[in-house]
Amino acid sequence: MKYLHLILRNLTRKKLRAVLTIGSFMVALFLFGMLVTIDSSLSGGLDVASANRLVIRNKVSLIMPLPISYAERMRQMEGIEEVTHFVWFGGVYQDAKNFFANYTIEPETVRRVYPEYLIPDEQWDTFLEDRQAALVGKDLAKRFGWKVGDRVPLEGTIWQGVWEFNVRGIYDVSTKDLPTSDFWFHYDYLEEQRPFLKGTTGWYTVRVTDPSMSADVAGAIDERFANSPYETKTETERAFIAGFVNQMGNIRLLMISIGSVVFFTLLLVTGNTMAISVRERFGEIAVMKTVGFSDGSVLGLIIAESFTIAALGSVIGLGLAKLVTLGGDPTGGILQVFYLGFDDMALGFGLSLVVGIAAGLIPGLNAMRLRIVDALRRV
Amino acid sequence: MVRVDCSGTDCLVQVRNLDKKYYRGNEVIDVLRGLNLDVSAGEFVAFMGPSGSGKTTLLNLIGGLDTPTSGTVTVGGEEINDLSGRRLTSWRARHVGFIFQMYNLIPVLTAYQNVQLPLLLTGLSKAERDRHVHTALELVGLADRAKHYPGQLSGGEEQRVAIARAIVADPTLLLCDEPTGDLDRETGDEIIEILHRLSKEHEKTVLMVTHDPLAAEKADSQLHLEKGLLVEAERRGEIS
Repeated sequence: MKYLHLILRNLTRKKLRAVLTIGSFMVALFLFGMLVTIDSSLSGGLDVASANRLVIRNKVSLIMPLPISYAERMRQMEGIEEVTHFVWFGGVYQDAKNFFANYTIEPETVRRVYPEYLIPDEQWDTFLEDRQAALVGKDLAKRFGWKVGDRVPLEGTIWQGVWEFNVRGIYDVSTKDLPTSDFWFHYDYLEEQRPFLKGTTGWYTVRVTDPSMSADVAGAIDERFANSPYETKTETERAFIAGFVNQMGNIRLLMISIGSVVFFTLLLVTGNTMAISVRERFGEIAVMKTVGFSDGSVLGLIIAESFTIAALGSVIGLGLAKLVTLGGDPTGGILQVFYLGFDDMALGFGLSLVVGIAAGLIPGLNAMRLRIVDALRRV
Repeated sequence: MVRVDCSGTDCLVQVRNLDKKYYRGNEVIDVLRGLNLDVSAGEFVAFMGPSGSGKTTLLNLIGGLDTPTSGTVTVGGEEINDLSGRRLTSWRARHVGFIFQMYNLIPVLTAYQNVQLPLLLTGLSKAERDRHVHTALELVGLADRAKHYPGQLSGGEEQRVAIARAIVADPTLLLCDEPTGDLDRETGDEIIEILHRLSKEHEKTVLMVTHDPLAAEKADSQLHLEKGLLVEAERRGEIS
């Protein structure tokens, strides 16, 4: 701590330069924060995908249906604890830009397959009693100002017409990585009203009794429905979500590429700044060495300086990114879990410190090797 | 040849057969050529001579800032040529104080912080460092300017801060490279007076390079260098 004033004094001797360098870190770390937030939002479910859940879809495509009769047939198979299913509805609320996920659930089974979703019992009971009932995530309710008892119309895009729903409950989740911006309603309501695709569902999710047997169970399901008009493709929930994300292209590679370029540029900018700053102080460094500062302590002070720049810039940048994410999904539903986690912030902070240390290393080594008499001659 | 010799036990600095060559391409520049010198503890010695005669180089070699091509420098019985870089740095911090012509204060630090700089390397507590710094600043008459930055001080005051920095760790040897070279006569005299006082009242051994004969007159001995050799010695009291 006794060197702190020395580090801070050197850091602020050219205030504009210090502000700009810290600003570079700030912008880079803000960008990093946004990129990892988008990445984790797009691959959101991956982190919470359960090892004991399998997703079954039509082998041809996710948009092709599967017979509802498969539920009972799968329930009788060995290793399967529970089966539930979903149908993508694709409804629009007031305007097409008000996008949010809306799909049917099977009330009897969904809570046993997805215990992470939290719904107050009294709301759940009223949901069961009302065929037009809907459950909405807390973020979605907040977005449109919905509350329990509200009547919400959705314009059907697959099944035309206006579909009326009663908000009977608002759900939350037990883990931050799950979205709370979906809209659920009864499968039976859709089944009764829709003019086509009756007797089918969109995809199944099954809960297996032993996660270590997931691969065997998945194989058994696909084998069971092989050579039928509706062949299945069964995969782990994680693989299913990853496949869904990959439909948008290799987003993660793009993010990593952008992030790497940003950090490398940051290294060059900071390294150059530190090199200029140290070169301007060769005389002073020579004096410090003269009065007894060792080569190692000179190197340490210079690295501490660039380390401080990195730490300050990254704290501000990550703090701003965190503030932005606290405002929630800015896209109106595309990035459902818009959350910057502390683990990602720690990763960004760590990376920036590595850049900070690396940026100070070469100027520091030059200062370390500086011959006192040569530097004093220049003063 | 020993130009200033002292009786063995009293001798602080001993220089023997000191050679220093610089190489500029194929050209060899002999800066010091077999120089011998003894300086007693507590003595105030002035080195004079034309530019390029080797005065500053001699001072740098005695202070361990540079290494000789051949020969030895012994200070307080320790042959400093044998010390590794790290030990030499540590030795310098404990035994030598440097004063430069251009003061060489760190502009972003206050007078107090500049003086404190050598003490940061010691294990002294903040309170002890504080006491040492105030003592040093009082000794040079600048206790009231502790919070001022070098840019807020006059040249003479800056040099006095530099002297305080040089003496704050209580070194035995003070090496001064033209300490009055950038000052007017009156201010220069004040600086020489402080150095004289440090030598006589605080038993510091002072080696000073100067071009100013009037400043050199205040020293106990005046040594003249030419082309890397001591050519003349005037020991106050012996030669008049």
